[in-house]
Amino acid sequence: MKKFVSLSFFSLLMLVSFAQSEKYVKAMEKLVPSIDTLWNADQLKDLSNSFERIADAEKTQWLPYYYAALARVNAGYAIMMTGATGADKTDPEGNKAQELITKAEALSQNNSEIFIVKKLIATLMMIGDPMNRYMTYGPAAGEALETAKKLNPENPRVYLQEGADKINTPEQYGGNKEEGKKLIEEAMKKFESFKPESAIHPNWGRGQAQYYLSK
Amino acid sequence: MSAFKINLLLFFFLAVLVIQVNAQVIVSGRVMDKKKPLAGVNVVLKDTYDGATTDSSGRFSFKTSEKGEFVLAVSSVGYKPFEQKIKLEGSPVTVDITLKEEITELSAVIVSAGTFEASDRKKAVAVLDPIDIVTTASANGDITGALKTLPGAQQVGESEGLFVRGGTAGETKTFIDGTLVNNFFYSSVPNIAQFGRFSPFIFKGTVFSTGGYSALYGQALSSALILESIDLPDRTTANVGISVLSGSAGYQHLAKNKKSSWGASYSYTDLWLAFKVIKQRQDYSKVPAYHNADANFRIKTSNTGMLKYYGYFSSNKLAFTTNSIDSLGYKDRFSIGNTNHYHNLHWRESLGKKWKVSAGISYTNNKDDISASMQDNSKTDVVLGGLEFKNFDVDTRGNYFNTKLVFEKRLKGLSAIRFGHELNHTHDKLLYTAYDDQQYPSSIKESIHAAFAESDIYITNGLAAKLGARFEHSSLLDKTNFAPRASLAYKLGKGEQASVAYGVFYQNPERRYLPSSSELTFMKATHYIVQYQKVVNQQSFRAEIFYKKYDNLVKTGAGNGQETAINNNGYGDAKGIEFFWRDKKNIKGVDYWISYSYLDTKRDFLNFPYAIAPNFAAKHTSSLVIKKFVQKWKMNLNTAYNYASGRPYYNIGFDGTGYKFNDRGTIPDYHNVSFAINYLPFIGKQNPKSYAVWVFQVSNIFNFKQTYGYQYSYNGYRKEAIMPTSRMFVFIGCFISFGVDRSDEVINNSLN
Repeated sequence: MKKFVSLSFFSLLMLVSFAQSEKYVKAMEKLVPSIDTLWNADQLKDLSNSFERIADAEKTQWLPYYYAALARVNAGYAIMMTGATGADKTDPEGNKAQELITKAEALSQNNSEIFIVKKLIATLMMIGDPMNRYMTYGPAAGEALETAKKLNPENPRVYLQEGADKINTPEQYGGNKEEGKKLIEEAMKKFESFKPESAIHPNWGRGQAQYYLSK
Repeated sequence: MSAFKINLLLFFFLAVLVIQVNAQVIVSGRVMDKKKPLAGVNVVLKDTYDGATTDSSGRFSFKTSEKGEFVLAVSSVGYKPFEQKIKLEGSPVTVDITLKEEITELSAVIVSAGTFEASDRKKAVAVLDPIDIVTTASANGDITGALKTLPGAQQVGESEGLFVRGGTAGETKTFIDGTLVNNFFYSSVPNIAQFGRFSPFIFKGTVFSTGGYSALYGQALSSALILESIDLPDRTTANVGISVLSGSAGYQHLAKNKKSSWGASYSYTDLWLAFKVIKQRQDYSKVPAYHNADANFRIKTSNTGMLKYYGYFSSNKLAFTTNSIDSLGYKDRFSIGNTNHYHNLHWRESLGKKWKVSAGISYTNNKDDISASMQDNSKTDVVLGGLEFKNFDVDTRGNYFNTKLVFEKRLKGLSAIRFGHELNHTHDKLLYTAYDDQQYPSSIKESIHAAFAESDIYITNGLAAKLGARFEHSSLLDKTNFAPRASLAYKLGKGEQASVAYGVFYQNPERRYLPSSSELTFMKATHYIVQYQKVVNQQSFRAEIFYKKYDNLVKTGAGNGQETAINNNGYGDAKGIEFFWRDKKNIKGVDYWISYSYLDTKRDFLNFPYAIAPNFAAKHTSSLVIKKFVQKWKMNLNTAYNYASGRPYYNIGFDGTGYKFNDRGTIPDYHNVSFAINYLPFIGKQNPKSYAVWVFQVSNIFNFKQTYGYQYSYNGYRKEAIMPTSRMFVFIGCFISFGVDRSDEVINNSLN
């Protein structure tokens, strides 16, 4: 009987933890696709908050912190797209994203995907006050992207960012639409062969790549 | 242990799960500040995934299947975290939440009367940062040059230093990482202002206080320039620079673990080429040449600790002749050789329980060999009867040792107390050799011990006070002083605040009027300042009214041909109003600032016959600085206009009974327009490997005639204008910094 109790207790524990991780996956599955479709600052902040709640409850998963940071930095870019430039508008999102990605990195080091988000944050911070920040955030963005590439040369988002930078940068600053498109095409090829580890692992960017190609 | 029993248990468990899923509770409410709703706030049911983000009216609502007692948590930047227990028992739960503002460095008032903080710290009212300094057209890459475009400082061109609010240059003291710097400028040369020794790029923070500063600083009657050196560099870099004046090279190495760095640099400056092209008023027999080298290391001793060393070495020489004003057909020769080394070691650490310590030691050794003589037309030294005093040698040796120890304890919120000790030990040796080889040595040793304490008291987010006091003992004067300081800041609105400051400041008589046979005491200044400041969204405005009272200023007499201190009977006052406006917002791509100072000051000190407006104080001083970044050309176009109304000038002579005016008047108004172009070819490059900055700079582009004052022949019969060494000056240079790629190191290190 003693054996029975302990065994059933054990299976109950297993069940609970299994149920929990299933709950985690389900919750994530519901939210993750939005990262590719939302482009409104308020909705992105809401999405970031949802990921952050999962992250704080789970405590040991890097993915929700990663997505929370990604949604947060995208909210910053969304604010910028509405024409509201200036560090005072975008810095709060950049700083919050930085805080979140630091937590993600503490749970998963040498992660190419995390370096992509770090690149996005550094670029957002730089655009906020380019005159005073190009010497710090400029190289930081470049380094993050290079590190992302070295950690995983097959990561399509590396080429997506490189291409987007080339396309969005004015020509006198080294921007080049043709080169940019080539990089995006490279990204498309990588997307074809890219297999995410699971349904909730990073797999975003195809839509953006197609958008750049159609431009 | 039958399978049935397990299944039963499983069924039971699943049933509970299902029931839980079905019984959802709605939690809703509103998150408010005192009055206004807070949008975008994350409302979290702790340890669950459930929660919501507030909408634009601060409302939130979410469903949860959890049951039992939970904690509802809300946090938002600038507010104290909020937590409340709620019971989920099936019926809807409504929670209205009011967040309390947190006293943070971002939102709280800053006790700022009298100070211009120019640093990268978020809380600072960032007025000027290192990039601003080097891109200010009239600054010539010099820290004090840029500070002269701020209100409070005079446009004095005939000698170096910051003349603040009616004070002499000697009343401004400079501190690096808390400790006093004794030879901030290159050694004085008659009628030619010298540059500061240190590059603006070694400092991350600059605080320029024009009055009412903290009890941590003393021995300065008028102003404190507080410089904070940089911590670890972002990456390993090498740099080279070449210009019409100089060549330089340097290397900074950041360790793989990013916990320590070291660096060294060397520069050689020679004005030969510049003087060849731009005619100088002086006839140089030895064109100024400077060897400068520096070295540093920085070690992160723990998560919160930092040990920094900065060492500087300089050796320079110059010699020139000018037509002698005292005897027609003869020349005055002047030469100076200077060697200086400076070492600064600074350590800071958190001791836990909100205690912090900061300790610094600095040592300076300065050596000047000055020689002056009369020369005839064949450039041979001659001694003329009655003008023997014009042939002399002065050799000075200065050894300066400073320490400072500060403890800080953070109290509730932002409130804090600070206290500590400072020692300034100086030993000046001087050897005066007269024309007849008679030698007059002198030596002055001095130790000033100071103890200080101050507290930052945040009564609310919008009301703060800083109260402090400083106690000093001078071994040379054998006297002590006690200097109370107080300031108060009140927040009027978002980014808007008013402050007042009061303080007593003491300073020893200047070394150059010593030794004295009389008993002397500290000179004293009392400051009263009222300030209004508004900083919002890339725009800042500041207005300040001040009154400064001087007591016990040093009076001098002409004992054995030298001007020496005889008593402390001097006095004076200064009052004025200053405005500052900076706008980075209204005109796209343009950053400009305007400053204006009105100064009304009189003093009786040194050899003044009675209280007069001193020759270093203009009534009206104003600057306009404009910077425009032209994206298309990758260029920074900078221009600056400096104006000062005519300063008084005097020729004061001793007639056997007392000091009298032999001549007096007002010099013409001062105008200067400078223009600079910085070309940044790397801008916009993806991950550039090198950063090149081309600099082209012209000062006094309109060739205004600038007069700084007059000098007189020994008998007062002839006078001559003191003017800049050349009307216009042109500077061309290129500075390249190579970022050494470290991404491999980053990866390798994090894999290990």
